[in-house]
Amino acid sequence: MVDVSLSYGKGAGLSVDRLNLSVEKGELVSLLGPSGCGKTTTMRAIAGLLSPQSGRIFLQGQEITHQPAHQRDIGLVFQSYALFPHLTAFENVAFGLRLRKVAEPHLSDRVKEALASVGLSDFSQRLPANLSGGQQQRVALARAIVLRPRLLLLDEPLSNLDAKLRVEMRAELRRLQRQIGITMIYVTHDQDEALSLSDRIVIMRGGKIEQLGTPPDIYQHPATAFVASFMGYDNLFDISVKLPFAWPVGASHVAWRPESVAIVPAASCKLQGRVIARNYLGQHLEYLVDTPLGWVKGHGRADAQTWSEGDNVGVDLRLEQAAVIQDAVTEHKQSALS
Amino acid sequence: MNKISYAALWVLVLVLFFLVGPFFVVFVAGFSDGETLLFPPKTYSMRWVWHVFEVESFQRSFVTSMWVGVISTLVALLLGVPVAYALSRASLKGQEWVKTWLTLPVVVPGIIVGLALLNHMVLVFNLPVISSLIVGHACLLVPYTVRVVSSSLANLRHDIEDAAVTLGATRWQAFFKVVLPNIRAGVAAAFVLAFITSFNQVPVSLFLTGPGVSTLPIEMMAYMETSYDPSIAALSTVLVVFTMVLVGLTEKLLGISKYV
Repeated sequence: MVDVSLSYGKGAGLSVDRLNLSVEKGELVSLLGPSGCGKTTTMRAIAGLLSPQSGRIFLQGQEITHQPAHQRDIGLVFQSYALFPHLTAFENVAFGLRLRKVAEPHLSDRVKEALASVGLSDFSQRLPANLSGGQQQRVALARAIVLRPRLLLLDEPLSNLDAKLRVEMRAELRRLQRQIGITMIYVTHDQDEALSLSDRIVIMRGGKIEQLGTPPDIYQHPATAFVASFMGYDNLFDISVKLPFAWPVGASHVAWRPESVAIVPAASCKLQGRVIARNYLGQHLEYLVDTPLGWVKGHGRADAQTWSEGDNVGVDLRLEQAAVIQDAVTEHKQSALS
Repeated sequence: MNKISYAALWVLVLVLFFLVGPFFVVFVAGFSDGETLLFPPKTYSMRWVWHVFEVESFQRSFVTSMWVGVISTLVALLLGVPVAYALSRASLKGQEWVKTWLTLPVVVPGIIVGLALLNHMVLVFNLPVISSLIVGHACLLVPYTVRVVSSSLANLRHDIEDAAVTLGATRWQAFFKVVLPNIRAGVAAAFVLAFITSFNQVPVSLFLTGPGVSTLPIEMMAYMETSYDPSIAALSTVLVVFTMVLVGLTEKLLGISKYV
């Protein structure tokens, strides 16, 4: 559906560096990464709001690299919603249709349909200033989808909403996407969002793709130290660290999620350390333990034996619980809490 | 109220007195019944106020001032709005230089501007008086329109234009359908400010007016050379009321005070 290969930026600091990406029809692909990784730049290049320095973009087999943005039939939902302040919700949604000279009654029907699909039928006459963040968000979405674009780009659309609303809207978006079958490219820095929404995730860093895969792939088998660290493998060790067992052959890093590291009584474990801090997480307590390997984050059940700061505990690291990484680029040892 | 705000209040009162005081004198003198300008007047009447509406030179020059005001303001807007838009949207090298350059008409003394325009434009091109007044005033008004519209544009987010483009609008369409409607109040404020500046303009108009064609302030000055009656005071009052009504109405209807 979408084929992208592009570079953007000048000189040494390329925002996007020879990025290659293909998206299938009906897929929801997330571009996930920290600020400045080039995901928004990539999205804006696909939308036509900026021109790549080099590279080509294809939509359904046709090259659109130099096509003006207003002709591309690609929708974009902005992080800030970008609603037209002088128009009502209805008129905002109708904007694109009016530009295309869609006649009544089709225009009104389509606008009403779009507003209904986001649950805002009763708010059509409101100005953006009189709508809540979540409602504005939905108007922005309706405005883009009413035009039935071939591709919908979403630039961190939920990041300005509060946590609860974000989770609700996430589910709504997924439902809508499945229902309409629209191809979506979704930019976010929130890994939970990417994991729950996407068919595939593209992890980006420094303008390049670090890893591309399904959510289970990314979650269970991070390909690089950066991906592991980004996806919550807080215990990341490189080859310089002496683990309590043999270092896996060919591996550059070994990483554990805190929930995969059990904190046990000191006597029952070879690797021991002193508790530096602890966090109450409800079902579990998260312990930060100072060990000869460095700082390790592990979990202990809240309803079993618990420890306090200064206590000596055992840290149960098991190779079968770890992600073994073969990262071609050598990384510095990252401490558990970078 | 603490000591500082008490002192500040006194300063405010004194400043207001200083600013409004002279006008107050003129205002009262306009209602005098005497034949000469006198403050405080011995007797009061409205006759000089009615008189100014009958003076032919005032009537003619008022119409001239209105025409020149409206047209030069429109020209200044036609020039100023695109400039303000370009300055706010494009990150051009030398932007600060352009902005400084644009304040020149305000900074250079009016007499010099008037003389320069007279020698190098009016006489060279043989321009009729009204045209030269319009051109001269438009030049003077562009800094005001650019400044006010710029401040209005600064409050308008850039991303809505991008949004319009992704919805299928060309940049031109985005400007007219999305930017302009949202800077309406700023444009109106620019119009009012520029118009008033043009109407009250003296030094440049002095050089550009000619026999038979004059703006109202110039005509008032000419009148004072021959007659020393309270007409001018009364006319001043009428003009101030006119200006206040104009500003008040636009403020009420559009809320322009944010941009000026």
